[in-house]
Amino acid sequence: MSFFSWAWDWVIQRSNWNGQGSIPQQIVAHLGYSGLPLLIAALIAIPAGVAIGHTGRGATLVINIANAWRAIPTLGLLVLLVVLLGFSALTWLLPLVVLAIPPMLVNSYEGVAGVDPGVRDAARGMGMTTWQQVTRVEMPIALPLILVGLRTSAVFVVATATIAAYIGLGGLGRFIIDGLASDQYGPVAGGALLVVVLAILVLILFAVLSRLLVPAGLRTRRREG
Amino acid sequence: MMWSWIPGNGSQIWQLTQENIYLGVVPALYGLVLSLPLGILAARWRWFYPPVLTVTNILYAVPSLALFIALIPSLGLTNTNVVVALTVYSVCVILPNVVAGLRSVPDDVRQAATAMGYRPLRRLITVELPLALPVIIGGLRVGVVSGISLASVGQLIGVSSLGYLFVDGEQRDFPTEIYVGLFLVIALALACDLILVAIRRAVTPWMGERKRSAVPARSAAGEGAAPESTLEAVPQ
Repeated sequence: MSFFSWAWDWVIQRSNWNGQGSIPQQIVAHLGYSGLPLLIAALIAIPAGVAIGHTGRGATLVINIANAWRAIPTLGLLVLLVVLLGFSALTWLLPLVVLAIPPMLVNSYEGVAGVDPGVRDAARGMGMTTWQQVTRVEMPIALPLILVGLRTSAVFVVATATIAAYIGLGGLGRFIIDGLASDQYGPVAGGALLVVVLAILVLILFAVLSRLLVPAGLRTRRREG
Repeated sequence: MMWSWIPGNGSQIWQLTQENIYLGVVPALYGLVLSLPLGILAARWRWFYPPVLTVTNILYAVPSLALFIALIPSLGLTNTNVVVALTVYSVCVILPNVVAGLRSVPDDVRQAATAMGYRPLRRLITVELPLALPVIIGGLRVGVVSGISLASVGQLIGVSSLGYLFVDGEQRDFPTEIYVGLFLVIALALACDLILVAIRRAVTPWMGERKRSAVPARSAAGEGAAPESTLEAVPQ
């Protein structure tokens, strides 16, 4: 049997859709466990990235964070915190927030730092305050990359929340981790399929968002999203 | 931290380290081998690239644990499973950089080579690919570094790597083991990264120090051709 038939057979079983720990419950839980850290990380990373891009201060730091970020094994980080501190909101939320920051930080930075200096000068020459320059000129121009950063972090958090099931977090990863522990491929495949669908829905969501939000004049140059 | 644990388990740690290197590096090399022809085609035929980019973007969004699981019916709980999955990711990372690298070759360089009598194939191999190398190696760096760290997730389906130290350390409630695993994964990733930087310097002596940042950070981020050059989706 192929992956898809295993997954599908499990997903369409009526009993998996009712009661404690059912598919709908775990989907909602997964969205919560991904959405909250993403939101917190965005509130930190995007303003910081924009500020660094605008002032140019701390740029090397951002690049180094970006490079180091990929080397961090998330499973190791999650497991370490749990062993040291026990399972709590702190031990799953903190690593997810920290790990969701770099993509948004770097892309916001790149987006703002990449704004044409001529455009910047024009904005200043028109008498805009710094705040106006940043919010009305630089951020709209940087928006496609800021959205790429958000999307990257969102996809990443959805995946990492799955792994966090290993340390006891709820969500779709439960089906995978519990299924692996009890040697049942059905829920493992089903859970994996649902996670993939969720990740692809996130991609589509951001494709739509960038259609709606990115100013028309910027759209043709960048095919991102 | 129980330092005495480390020498007592040296041979096992070394074994796991080797497995992790294999699982991290080999897929990246396969990925490079697959990305070169695909990238050359995508750089030649413009219509070919957008669909390829869509496919790689979608594949790259698939969480690694889910991809390992999806490969179980055909490949089982084997090394090959993880190698195939990580090869998929490394193609997603390297391919856009091959295209961006080839597209970054200035037109007048290409024309000069043609005027000197270079046929397309020779021009590609002796002029365009060498000039694209820094960007391509930039993609390879991302592939190797994320491959080494992702390999540890394979432990969840029982494929041995330094991830064993995470899983075992959690079960035994033994932080030392986890510290060692974290340190080794990060150190391995950074060491491989440095090796690739050194290789890039050796093979592109004309670049000098000035354009060092041309590798992952800036390069083609603006044109959206090499999204990985800024932090693009990374599967976990």
